[in-house]
Formats: sequence, C-alpha cells, structure tokens
Amino acid sequence: MRSIMRPMSVARVALNAVATHGGAMPGGATNFETSGAAFLGGVRAAWLSVFAYVLFGTYIGIGALAHDFNFSLLWATLSTVLVWAGPAQVILISALGAGSSLIEVAVAVGLSGVRLLPMVVSLLPRLKAPQTRARDLVLPAHFTAVSMWVESMRLIPGIAVERRVAFVNGIASGYMMSALLATVIGYYLAARLPNLLTAGLLFLTPMSFLVSITRNSVLLVDRLALVLGLVIGPALAYVAVDLDILWAGIAGGTLAYVGHRIREALR
Amino acid sequence: MNALAGELWPYLLLVLVGYLPNEIWRALGFFAARGLDEGSEWLVWVRAVATAVLAAVIAKLTIFAPGALAGVPLALRLVAVGCGVAGFYATRRSVFVGVLTGEIVLIGGAYLLSL
Repeated sequence: MRSIMRPMSVARVALNAVATHGGAMPGGATNFETSGAAFLGGVRAAWLSVFAYVLFGTYIGIGALAHDFNFSLLWATLSTVLVWAGPAQVILISALGAGSSLIEVAVAVGLSGVRLLPMVVSLLPRLKAPQTRARDLVLPAHFTAVSMWVESMRLIPGIAVERRVAFVNGIASGYMMSALLATVIGYYLAARLPNLLTAGLLFLTPMSFLVSITRNSVLLVDRLALVLGLVIGPALAYVAVDLDILWAGIAGGTLAYVGHRIREALR
Repeated sequence: MNALAGELWPYLLLVLVGYLPNEIWRALGFFAARGLDEGSEWLVWVRAVATAVLAAVIAKLTIFAPGALAGVPLALRLVAVGCGVAGFYATRRSVFVGVLTGEIVLIGGAYLLSL
C-alpha cells in the first residue's frame, strides 16, 4: 500500500495513518507508546530498507578513498558524521587529496549540497506537532540526506505526528551506524579493493537514488519532476551552465508544478 | 606547537570546506521551513524541486561519472541503469531487486568487456 504524499490536513493524515494500519509498511503504521519506542522503530525501519545496505557499500568506497588520500581514520569517520552526504564526501576527499585550492573545494562541496535545501524544507513541516519546539527539529535537519528523506517521506504518513521526530531520528541513526561501520571497514580494506568493485560501489548511489525516488513518485507532479530533472540536468551540465543542478531543479520542479496546476484546473 | 597545529589542520579543513558549505543548505532549509505547515501549497512545489534536483544529480552521476566508474563505458552505464529500472518494475517495485539488477549488469558487463 502506497502512502499518499499530497499535502493534507492533520485530520487527513490521521485518517491516512488509520488506513495504512496493518498495511505492508515496514516499521511504520504503528502507534508508538513512547518517543524511545518510536526511535527504535525508526532504527528498525532503517535496517529493513535497502538503503542500509546501499549506504554500507557506498561508504566502503568512501572509507577506501579516504585511506588512499592519506586521511586518518578519525578524520574519515568524522566526515561521515559531520558532512553526512555521500557525493559531498567524495568531492571533499578527492579534491583535498588532489591539492585543489580550498575555495574550489568549498564551492564544489557547496554546489553538491544544494539538494539538501528543498529536502529539509519539505520534510520539517511534516514533523511538527503542536508541542514540537524549534530545537527538536535541529537534529532531523542535520540528519537529512537522500536516503533518510526518501524513507521518511514514505513512512511518516503512518506514524502519529507527535512521534515523527523520534522516528526519523531513528531512521537516520540506523543509516549512520551502517555508514560509520562501512567507513571503518573500507578504510582498512582500501588497498585490496579491485577496480571493478570500486566502480560498482560508486554506481550504488545513482542506481539506488533513481529506483527509490521512482517508487516514491506516486503523484503526477512528482513523476513529472523526476522525468524533467533527468532530462534538464544533463542538458545543462553538457552546455556547461553554472549551477546546473540548481537550475535543473528549479526549472524541472516549477514546470512539473505548473503541469499539476493545469491538471487540477481542468478537473 | 607547530606539530599540534599540523595535526589539527586537516580537521579544521574538514569543518571549513566540508562541513560548513554543505550544512549551510540544511540550516537555510531549517529557517525556511519555520513558517510553513504541513498543508501549505508551497510544499508541493518545494517537493517537486527536491525531486527534480535529485533527478539531475542522478543523471549527472551516471553520465559524468566520478573515479573508477568513469572507466566503465557510458553506454554500459546507461544500459545498467535501464535494466535496474526494468528489474524494479518487473518485481512489483522492489528497490532491492532494481539496485541488484543494475549492479549485476554493470559489473558483469564491465568484466566481459575487459576479457
């Protein structure tokens, strides 16, 4: 049973939670008694999802990369905790290691992080219960990454509003545990990884992002945005437009939204 | 003193050119989200932008691939992505099967090509 991601009133969210109760939503559709239980439910949902294993593979590659460029193990694990975004870490490690200027590295990392802004903006309002304080949302904002965003957006309609912060913190913590373990293992395996396997590990990111975002795109507006981003993104990168990812997102997302409004108007 | 500074330098770099330029987007998102509630029409547009940005990242990582992945021919990368999506639909939308199919085609194909 798929969750409906149209913005909706609290009442309709509650209705949706009831409707999905007992459905095939791993770790979700449960009314957790306490925040602690919701957190553990999130950890469980993380380990039941394919992302725990995709992240494991991806971070084996990142740990190995950090080793190859002579960063310490502590540095590698700290980068996973602080940066918490695979593509940004690949850029950071390889650009610093290759001796690029610090401004160049900061700009490249900053450009890769643009995607986090709309993810945080679309996720946080869905975590807010009447008693939620602003500071409760600081940790979910830091935890936001593609893996966590995709699974949170899919599962939170089945979670009671006042338990959502704990639940998504649990999802992200489960993922981060997997990524940290893999960073350490990859760091020690580094020299022994064959080239073909390294290529396969790097391929995990685009492949898993594509299938999971396809699964999450249930509404017309999201499907349109997905297809438009896939086409406009590489087209802008090919003609070497500055900030290609950002413009592809704004153009693709806005066109998709216009398509959605036109269809609503025709109804 | 110099030795200590030398050891701390990589960590300072991690914060200055890794953590801060990435985290700024999360911080901006945090403040932008404050006035919005779950039913806001804005969120439909924001989510569409997030989806399109992510799609652009996916396409860019596949076509302009980093590191060892660049050693695999573009045509094979695209075929592997296509097979992964096909595997996903063929198994009633299993993300696991989709990712596994794509990986098998990519690694298997690269292995055969190098023979």
